[in-house]
Amino acid sequence: MKHLLEVADLGADGIDQVLRLTDSFVEVSGRTIPKVPALRGKTVVSLFYEDSTRTRLSFETAAKRLSADTMSFSVSSSSVSKGEGLRDTVETIDAMGVDAIVVRHKSSGVPWRIASWVRASVVNAGDGWHEHPTQALLDCYTIRSRRGSLDGLRIAIVGDIAHSRVARSDVTAFAALGASVTLVAPPTLLPPSLEGWPVQVCHRLDEVLGGLDVVYLLRLQRERMTEALIPSLREYRTLYGLTAERAGRLRPDALIMHPGPMNRGVEIDAEAAGDARSVITAQVANGVAVRMAVLYLLLGSGADLVAPLPELAAQA
Amino acid sequence: MAERERHATPPRGGVFVARTMVMDAADLRRAVTRIAHEIVERNHGVDGVALIGLQTGGVPLARRLGAALADVEGSVPLGTLDVAFYRDDIGLRPVVPEAVTDITFDLSGRTVVLVDDVLFTGRTVRAALNALNDYGRPRAVQLAVMVDRGHRQLPIRPDYVGKNLPTRFDEQVDVSEEGVAIGDVVRP
Repeated sequence: MKHLLEVADLGADGIDQVLRLTDSFVEVSGRTIPKVPALRGKTVVSLFYEDSTRTRLSFETAAKRLSADTMSFSVSSSSVSKGEGLRDTVETIDAMGVDAIVVRHKSSGVPWRIASWVRASVVNAGDGWHEHPTQALLDCYTIRSRRGSLDGLRIAIVGDIAHSRVARSDVTAFAALGASVTLVAPPTLLPPSLEGWPVQVCHRLDEVLGGLDVVYLLRLQRERMTEALIPSLREYRTLYGLTAERAGRLRPDALIMHPGPMNRGVEIDAEAAGDARSVITAQVANGVAVRMAVLYLLLGSGADLVAPLPELAAQA
Repeated sequence: MAERERHATPPRGGVFVARTMVMDAADLRRAVTRIAHEIVERNHGVDGVALIGLQTGGVPLARRLGAALADVEGSVPLGTLDVAFYRDDIGLRPVVPEAVTDITFDLSGRTVVLVDDVLFTGRTVRAALNALNDYGRPRAVQLAVMVDRGHRQLPIRPDYVGKNLPTRFDEQVDVSEEGVAIGDVVRP
């Protein structure tokens, strides 16, 4: 496997392999010296055309813990401000001999175009409304580490599904691992068509709340909304926000998740985010280990991610 | 040969077919008992001694050695180490960890006895020495192996050996509960 562009590149077996490898990197991250020499001499570039705190830092931390060198590219301080196009920028970076390009862009499909131009491995760190595969992997890992497996779990993804790449990647990954996924949102925040999505749809959070194993709140992406899709933030919170009162109606073993950054007081209240069942900070911590596993599989292991060697699978 | 090396050796995905048994289960048990005594003798007891089994072949052996030490002198801490991320052939072949490293005690100031089933090129041990550095600074590191089959590619020698076994480079050595066998890996 050369690139990680979407969850479907992996399939259920590939996801499982990444999650098992992540166990080893969680152990590495817990040491006094959380660093292994696995990717010495490799260079990882983060190419972010869109703002990000956690994903970018998470990838850079992951690369450094694998002893890879990291370079960072931000649009504001680069030749992009002089009018350099995407292809020229990418080919310039590739010509420097980098091994992986971690890319985020506001337009869907950009990582695929980049992958067709370069020698390096490309990791999609979020493209438009489309995919964010490493977020889905870390979400799966977080759930699996608390509940053992995703098989048969009832998961609700709540909120702005239409603009959410996290929702698209999560739906694919959760369903591949056997969870039953319900999308909870007002009709205006659902994509025009859900044909082929392995999900149920519900417009009222209160209907499903009590039976959930995982409630996954999405950020209301006001920067992507071009029209009035909800009457007001207050009404949204009343109908779809995880308030302290709603958190009280969740099962005692349910998990509260959010990909960050949170709009506190909109999709999630501060009390719910700080609830004992909230695994939001664990998601961030696991993000580093999951991204170490992804970078290691793409750059280091020589293992074929899609078809793991049978004898490796048998021994693990 | 240890599992982790065998699965990468052509023909990949083959099965091990034993040609000769060189040690049986009783021989193995006697060798473990003798090595346990040697460890106690060399270190004047087991104070500060810790056993670390290398994944995967060294782990059951380290457990047996731990039990034998407990009989002879006293119990010692036991850890397991997977050296995948420290190997020098990453990128040349599939190097995927077999299991999660589990070392719950501080290595600083201890005498660490690394335990593996077969000592061959020495590259696994080299990787293990690097890995140990990241867990602390042991006072000394010693190496115990059930079989030393020669063909070293690095300046590494074992401190405790179950059996010295001259082999051809392309042969395979298998250590299991039932004993030690020489054979070949063939495609089924």
